Amino acid sequence: MSNRPIEDALLAQAGATVQKMAEMPVGVPGYTLHEERRKMPVTEPPVWPINKDLQYVGHTAPRYDGPEKASGRARYTSDVQLPGMLYAKFVNATVPHAKVLSVDTSAAEKYPGVRGVHVVQHVLGPAELRDPALDQGRYPVVRFAGQPIAAVAAITPAAAEEAAALVKVRYEKLAFVVDLDKAREPGAPPVFPGPADAEGSAGGGGGPTDVHQTGNIHGPSIHRVNDTAQGFKDADVVVEGHYVTQVQTHSALETHGVVADWKPGMLTVWASTQGTASVREELAGFFDLPMSQVRVITEFMGGGFGAKFGAGNPGVVAAALSKTTGAPVRLMLDRQEEHLSVGNRPSSDQNLRIGAKKDGTLTAIHLVSYGTAGCGTGAGCAGPATNLYQYASLHTEENDVFINAGPASAMRAPGHPQGDFALEQTIDELAVKLNMEPIDLRDRIDNHPVRRVERQIVRESALWKSRNPVAGADKGPVKRGVGLAQSVWYRFVRMNSSAEVRVHRDGSLEVLSAVQDIGSGIKTVLAQILAEQFGVPPSQIAVKVGDTNYPVGPDSGGSVTTLSLTPAVRDAAWQAAQKFLAEVAPALGTSPQDLVLADGEVRSRSGKMQPIGFRRAAAKMTTSQISAQARRVPDYDPSKYLTYGGVDVAEVEVDTELGRVHVRRVLSVHDCGRPMNPEQTISQINGGIIQGISYTLFEDRLLDPNYGLMVNPDLDLYKIAGAREIPQIDVRLVEAYIGQSSTDASGIGEAAGVVSIGAAVGNAVYNAVGVRVRRTPMTPAVVLAALRQGGTLA
Amino acid sequence: MPGSALPPSSQDSPAETARPGISRRGFLKGAGITAASTALIEGVQSLRAETGTAAPPGVTELGPGPVPVHLHVNHAEHILNIEPRTTLAEALRIELGLTGSKIVCDRGVCSGCTVWLDKMPVNSCMTLAVDAVGHHVTTIEGLAPEGGVHPVQAAFVRHDAMQCGFCTPGMVMSCAALLEHNPHPTEHDVRQAVSGNLCRCGTYPKVFSATLDAAGERRA
Repeated sequence: MSNRPIEDALLAQAGATVQKMAEMPVGVPGYTLHEERRKMPVTEPPVWPINKDLQYVGHTAPRYDGPEKASGRARYTSDVQLPGMLYAKFVNATVPHAKVLSVDTSAAEKYPGVRGVHVVQHVLGPAELRDPALDQGRYPVVRFAGQPIAAVAAITPAAAEEAAALVKVRYEKLAFVVDLDKAREPGAPPVFPGPADAEGSAGGGGGPTDVHQTGNIHGPSIHRVNDTAQGFKDADVVVEGHYVTQVQTHSALETHGVVADWKPGMLTVWASTQGTASVREELAGFFDLPMSQVRVITEFMGGGFGAKFGAGNPGVVAAALSKTTGAPVRLMLDRQEEHLSVGNRPSSDQNLRIGAKKDGTLTAIHLVSYGTAGCGTGAGCAGPATNLYQYASLHTEENDVFINAGPASAMRAPGHPQGDFALEQTIDELAVKLNMEPIDLRDRIDNHPVRRVERQIVRESALWKSRNPVAGADKGPVKRGVGLAQSVWYRFVRMNSSAEVRVHRDGSLEVLSAVQDIGSGIKTVLAQILAEQFGVPPSQIAVKVGDTNYPVGPDSGGSVTTLSLTPAVRDAAWQAAQKFLAEVAPALGTSPQDLVLADGEVRSRSGKMQPIGFRRAAAKMTTSQISAQARRVPDYDPSKYLTYGGVDVAEVEVDTELGRVHVRRVLSVHDCGRPMNPEQTISQINGGIIQGISYTLFEDRLLDPNYGLMVNPDLDLYKIAGAREIPQIDVRLVEAYIGQSSTDASGIGEAAGVVSIGAAVGNAVYNAVGVRVRRTPMTPAVVLAALRQGGTLA
Repeated sequence: MPGSALPPSSQDSPAETARPGISRRGFLKGAGITAASTALIEGVQSLRAETGTAAPPGVTELGPGPVPVHLHVNHAEHILNIEPRTTLAEALRIELGLTGSKIVCDRGVCSGCTVWLDKMPVNSCMTLAVDAVGHHVTTIEGLAPEGGVHPVQAAFVRHDAMQCGFCTPGMVMSCAALLEHNPHPTEHDVRQAVSGNLCRCGTYPKVFSATLDAAGERRA
């Protein structure tokens, strides 16, 4: 431990690399726990032991903002009301593909209560043409029904809605295509007149920008490892399948939207976003404002799941309307717009072939995928095939297919539920063909040390032991089955992760970061970190987040928040604690090195002084406030432990007469480095499982091929799993220390069940009926068709 | 925000009594054709003006302009000057600033806007404000006595029965209503009670356990 933390911190920030070595716990307690040496900046705080030896971190603390949420006091963006605030409403394209000839806003402008009308000049979200000159015309070309064309701001929501209906848009309709297969045909109506690309957001998604485009086919993006031709020659058995998954919409309960307040010298925006920083960046860029004159606030937000990054069309249009009207403008999308225009999980159509030796060793994986991200890109789904198992050779070809539908955006583990659905069912099929137990096969082809522990936990579980290895063995029309699948996700560290910790003379403590709490509970975790560092309960910590006035925080996508931000917070807390001890030591008649903070007290190691309450000690500060700010230090050993994930087991009942699949029980075994707050982590895994079941069985964005419109842009015909479809979920959190940072946390949002539950259900359905359902959603019609094809149904 | 884009009608009169059954506009609003219904109502009225026909005898016609509406919300009386087509959800959120109830689907399928009319949970997005006249409206803000916490709210916090929290007020109102009517619910009863409450974060298992826990606590 350094005695000169402040000087060292300054040195470190100046780029100096004073390093120290420390032993860190690595592995899974009870299974593989050991110590590994890590090199780290000398400014890093002492290594934390495993959770059982900590007081607050790693233990459940009540959700920091739980009382506000349960009481209705939590103020979301859609709840913000400012004096003189106007309500804005979009005018959206009613056709799927057209040139806009004219936009007549005169009637809307004259409508009582209207204060401003804005015609959209550049639509954010769709892929951008490599040669923008190919799109000629005064207005953006309409590439999907629901594309925003204009917006009206008025003094009431009703006036805005009524005036928006008066905006007259003249179209020159163009041929359109909304079907993946038809869009791939030669001569299909082109969605774009030339190659077009869409980059991902802070949450991922997006596609490659350097691939060929033929008609509507953007790709392939090819990835090869060794020679699969040789790999298949070396194989004793080959399994292959054709898998199809649908488009899913995010359907966050709070729609996309902002309240924008443009004042001279400062644009303030309340945004329903997963990234306050991303919104500020996009607005500053769009309006050519200095970052210092844009403030973004997200105190509470009602769900994003990957779709809420940047200001987007609502953000820039509301800001523009606020600028022209001189009033704050609220622009929240309605439910239909939310389905149509702000993102979705792309579909997939995958041909997957796997070769293996008799002992299970994989000799070749060959995947060709097509998928549509609407008029965006990001349908690639080769992640699981590439990263889940060891293989001798790999060949993947990913293709995006443009159709006239809203652009996709990142959605919880982009590409992975799709890819895992195909891969893990194919691996299951391989196990059948090799007459191997599914867990034994995976032990053969996956040497990830944590996944091995997780499979062991599954193997010993009552649920797995209850599985009949003979598929379709149940008598009677309703058959029970059990299946498993694995997930994989990656460790992404966002260096834009900073925090400030303050100690006040009254003994109160606060932590500040621009990071937003999207429901995963980062507020609670930050309070726990300060509690651990200062030895006071988390309830005594004030957490201030969701405001770009605070030190920059990471955009919350790709499971980055906890693993990126918590080390910065711990470092800031530790530095603030050291400063605090240095500040009060003279008054306590001892040296800072002699002092420790524990159980709400300041104590002397040597016994030079009696313990004194933290508040009483703080009263001895000679300044009213001490603060320390820290930023993320790079991972200690970025070459190690780059993936994490889990194993999910599903128990299903399949009604072979009605085609209904019901998931009864789920066992979910997952790791996320050091779990910071187990109860909140379990909440996220429950959510991943439930969203994944909803995707696998129910959800489907339906487009009418005759009109190019979505026929179910609501929450009744767009079916999402509800209370009656929820299985009993048993989550087992596996502590898996990896020795990477001062908190050693990882993320959970992506890996949490949503990746693997679809395949687990697929494998359980096979176990129940002996027929493989290779298509989602597994509606009764799909299941009955599979049974018919499989010969189980007359 | 009492301002209206539409001129007030001379036929306006205060809505002070409960209007039983489904009103014409309630039906139109319920059918999910807000913009169209406005046009239709205006159309009907201009047709009446042209043909000289009046509303049927015994029927009070309100609107389309703002009318004073007396609402009893969370033990307080309010007089709002609102258009008769205003939903209860809009009246609560925009006029009274009670933003705990959330508008999510705006068509009665997600229950994010659940409030009580005399302890009966209703979707406030599917209830006209004028249809709440004469009833006691309880919102999430008024569920617990001033400064207190309802046992269901406390249990939701204890069980971490929330993530983003956007569905939470509606969930709490549905679960608290269940306990008003059934102090001994089973998990099946809780599932039934929130079968209309949509949670996209997938927090249901803890909603079930929290509600059962709260029920046990209330009985104790």
